[in-house]
Amino acid sequence: MTTRLIGEPVERREDARLLTGRARFIDDIRLPGMLHAAVLRSPHAKARFTRIDAAAALALPGVHTVITHEDLGTANTPMPLLNEDPGFIHPRTHQALAPGQVRFVGEAVALVVADSRYLAEDALDLIEVDYAPEAAAVDLVAAAKPGAPLVHDDTDSNVACRTADSNGDIEGAFAAADFVLREELRPERGAAQPMETRGVVARYDESLDQLTIWDTTQAPVSARGVIADKLGLPEAAVTVIAPDVGGGFGVKIFLVYPEELLVPFAARMLGRPVKWIEDRREHFIGSNHERLMVHRIEVAATTDGCILGIRDHFLYDSGAYCPYGPINAQCAQAILPGPYKIPAVHTEYEAVYTNTPVVSPYRGAGQPHGNFVMEAAMNHVARALGLDAAEIRRRNLVRPEDCPWDSGRIFQGNTPLIHRDSDYPAQLAKTLEALDYAGVKRSQPAEREQGIFRGAGIAFFVEGTGISPYEGVEVRVEPTGHVHVTTGYPSQGQGHHTTLAQIVAETLAVPPEQVVVESGRSDRFAWGVGTFASRAAVVGGNAALGAAEAVRARALELASDELEVAPEDLVLADGAVHVKGAPQMAVPLAALAYAADPINTLESGTEPGLRAADYYRSPDGAFASGVHGLIVMVDAATGMVEIEKYVVVHDCGVMINPTIVDGQILGGTAQGIGGAFYEKLRFDEAGQPLVTTFMDYLIPTAMEIPPIEIHHMESRSSLNPLGVKGVGEGGAIPALAAFAGAVEDALEPFGATVRAVPLDPPAILALIEGRCEGRAAS
Amino acid sequence: MKPPPFAYECPRDVAEAVALLAAHGGDARPLAGGQSLVPLLNFRLARPAVLVDLNRIEALARIRVGDGALRIGAMARQAAVEADADVARGWPILPAAIGHIAHPQIRNRGTVGGSLAHNDPAAELPAVMLALDAEMIAQGPQGQRTIAAREFFAGTMETALRPDELLTEIRVPALPEGTGWGFQEAARRQGDFALVAVAVVLKPDGARVVVTGTGDGPAHMEAAEAVVAERGTDADACEAAGDAAAAASEPADDPHAPAWYRQKLVTALTRRACREAVIRMGR
Repeated sequence: MTTRLIGEPVERREDARLLTGRARFIDDIRLPGMLHAAVLRSPHAKARFTRIDAAAALALPGVHTVITHEDLGTANTPMPLLNEDPGFIHPRTHQALAPGQVRFVGEAVALVVADSRYLAEDALDLIEVDYAPEAAAVDLVAAAKPGAPLVHDDTDSNVACRTADSNGDIEGAFAAADFVLREELRPERGAAQPMETRGVVARYDESLDQLTIWDTTQAPVSARGVIADKLGLPEAAVTVIAPDVGGGFGVKIFLVYPEELLVPFAARMLGRPVKWIEDRREHFIGSNHERLMVHRIEVAATTDGCILGIRDHFLYDSGAYCPYGPINAQCAQAILPGPYKIPAVHTEYEAVYTNTPVVSPYRGAGQPHGNFVMEAAMNHVARALGLDAAEIRRRNLVRPEDCPWDSGRIFQGNTPLIHRDSDYPAQLAKTLEALDYAGVKRSQPAEREQGIFRGAGIAFFVEGTGISPYEGVEVRVEPTGHVHVTTGYPSQGQGHHTTLAQIVAETLAVPPEQVVVESGRSDRFAWGVGTFASRAAVVGGNAALGAAEAVRARALELASDELEVAPEDLVLADGAVHVKGAPQMAVPLAALAYAADPINTLESGTEPGLRAADYYRSPDGAFASGVHGLIVMVDAATGMVEIEKYVVVHDCGVMINPTIVDGQILGGTAQGIGGAFYEKLRFDEAGQPLVTTFMDYLIPTAMEIPPIEIHHMESRSSLNPLGVKGVGEGGAIPALAAFAGAVEDALEPFGATVRAVPLDPPAILALIEGRCEGRAAS
Repeated sequence: MKPPPFAYECPRDVAEAVALLAAHGGDARPLAGGQSLVPLLNFRLARPAVLVDLNRIEALARIRVGDGALRIGAMARQAAVEADADVARGWPILPAAIGHIAHPQIRNRGTVGGSLAHNDPAAELPAVMLALDAEMIAQGPQGQRTIAAREFFAGTMETALRPDELLTEIRVPALPEGTGWGFQEAARRQGDFALVAVAVVLKPDGARVVVTGTGDGPAHMEAAEAVVAERGTDADACEAAGDAAAAASEPADDPHAPAWYRQKLVTALTRRACREAVIRMGR
């Protein structure tokens, strides 16, 4: 019989290795003769230099080389621009090593290679660079103004990109409004901080002229292209392998970080394997950040709480370069109206260079920001009109009967945001019930009399997933009976091997243990792009389904010849093809695979093997959605907050593996809570980072994250054969707004309004006392 | 984040350790649990020429009760003190406070003496030892001396220990019958250094109120102690003690909290620790 596997909580095949120390992370790779690299990083936010004196470093015994920009030649040309934007004024991308000018503290200036990392770091201390520091642009708002110090001297402004998007009659909407809310909202700068930092190991095999690179990248196939191009090598001479990777969340996809080029360059130059492992301090200053935006939003509403239109003008901190394109800003503006039926929306953003590390997507890629702005504004409009926060949402939701409803917004990958396949009112009702929202509201008056400040917050989200480009999967039945599945996009812990095996095993009716999955090796499968934007299940999953279905069709064809029975009278079950109603008339898939490779009789123009590859792209993506609701208790004497209950109602369509879905939601929500109450990067006026350790960057731990109650609503996506929607980022998106809303509700007697996240206890005490100086946006 | 080069010594007894410290002058640093020193080395913020590792000196790890006093060897692990039955019976404020130090893995390695000698300005143990009127036993080339907690903690990461002296033992006097205590800490996350922590020990013959996190280390709040001594041990006295402690605190702004916020915490936490102590006194 065909066993149902899609939708089952199959145990993750990755876990035994990962949880018992048998995984092979980048730092576990040890090669004979391997040397160790360390990066000299700029101590200034902006400076010029003309001379790098490495003589003392090179004189240290055990130091093999010090590479500077002058040694790199054509390998040091600017990196590619990954995403275009119609409003680009002057895109600027980074180079592997700064050529005479540095633009943020942490920018790579030189690479030392030595016998050990200890020696390499000793050598860093001995390199002298004649920096001439210059005024830096650090504060986002100030950097956007005319006359600010320029991050790039060949431009006339730090505004890299200015883009607007409009739909509906925005002037009419504001003219018709009974009430207009105007406010500035600010999600602060943060970073992904995966448990494993980045790392690169490279080996050059001179006899084969082959360069092999182990890289913590989320996009090995794409990285191979950039590295080969910069090094002047054929792609065929370069292999990029993503080993086990301990978390990515977006920060590990970049084309490419300096070290991804420098380490292979050094390995080839020295003829020895070279390893570089990023330490946590480097990760804070040398890897990308995310989050800071300043939004000025205007909401036009009627007195009964119907939103007629929104205008949002926002600044987006791009950091020192913009190689990723302003994707975060694009996503924020696309997602802004959320699940609400708003007739007119006008958004406009300016991406601004600052002398700080580069900004690129982190779990949600601008969606948490846009979501915070919209959901906070909903709370504030509700309060101004004397409406309940849940009620104003209910009134404005897109309803199932409206769908498909085109929001007019365009998401990343040129994906139109069209609402369908979800029931927002039902999601809201479920959240309110699970939270006992009415109960909280009922108890509030009596509790407040006793000095107990408890509040409830809710926030919707619509999550763009499954976007372009395509991914591909190849499925091959071996004559051993094993099924070999390969794809280019790697895993950073998402359990892809488990879910791909579920899809293929069910389609081919083989036990999942028979399915071998490989991913993230450019020498095994070199098509597609990478793992990001909650798209692996949608794009890769459907490619796997397509490939497995093609193999199934081929198997039926081959079996039809073998059994002399028409294909439509055949079925697959238990690893074999058999005649319907006559299971004894069967031929195993292994035998069909053997027959599919007729080595002496293959006809020219046909292909051997029981195999197929499929490539899948979803032009309309697949939008997931849901609601977060929580209850908090605020200690009014200390500003400390306890989360008493946290509810997630979530619709990601068909769940291939509910356990993995739960894991994505839990982890995402934890990161969202981090962004709401704990994690914030700070710089001083000169651009020196003030937060470079986990003592200062407060990632919430298991002790801070409350139990999270998940309710699934499984509305099949009509846009892809599997019926799935992505699930990677939804947990992180609405937590900022939900938390802020809960704190505001708890502190309603004090008239508290939250306009910046993350909050912290001083900011909360300042809300209670009506102070200015504790505001989180300092 | 790799340390610069250093020489490593591993003495087997206190005399050898003290001799090594004396031989290297200020260039040597004793290595206890390493939970603060090793990160400082990795960040290259500390660059001692020699590390004198105390982890093989078994005699320094003892915890015992003698002559009514608790005697904690400087190398006793925080987790060992936290789990010790005699400590729990006679000095329950110690395990209560140690529970706020980082996480179990760190307390398994971190030592009581290491924390005291390091004297981080927001650490729990210096505050509690001050509140308990502990005495520090130091061994130098010239012999042994006893330093009262009041004299021992000398400012941010400064103590009365000389470079050639080793902290060997902490003596905590017995608490009289009817002593109440309270310990309150506010930190952003479980295990973080305190934004503010307050230790209150109310003995029949006097009060101790110690605040840490507001400046250069643990501070006796004498005004708050006087309030309790004058007004007796009740809830109203605790309110006033909180105000007195806040008035005497002079925290500075830092990236984790503005000064005014820490002052608010001193008020709130002193009141709460005092009320806890009052309740325990009555038991």
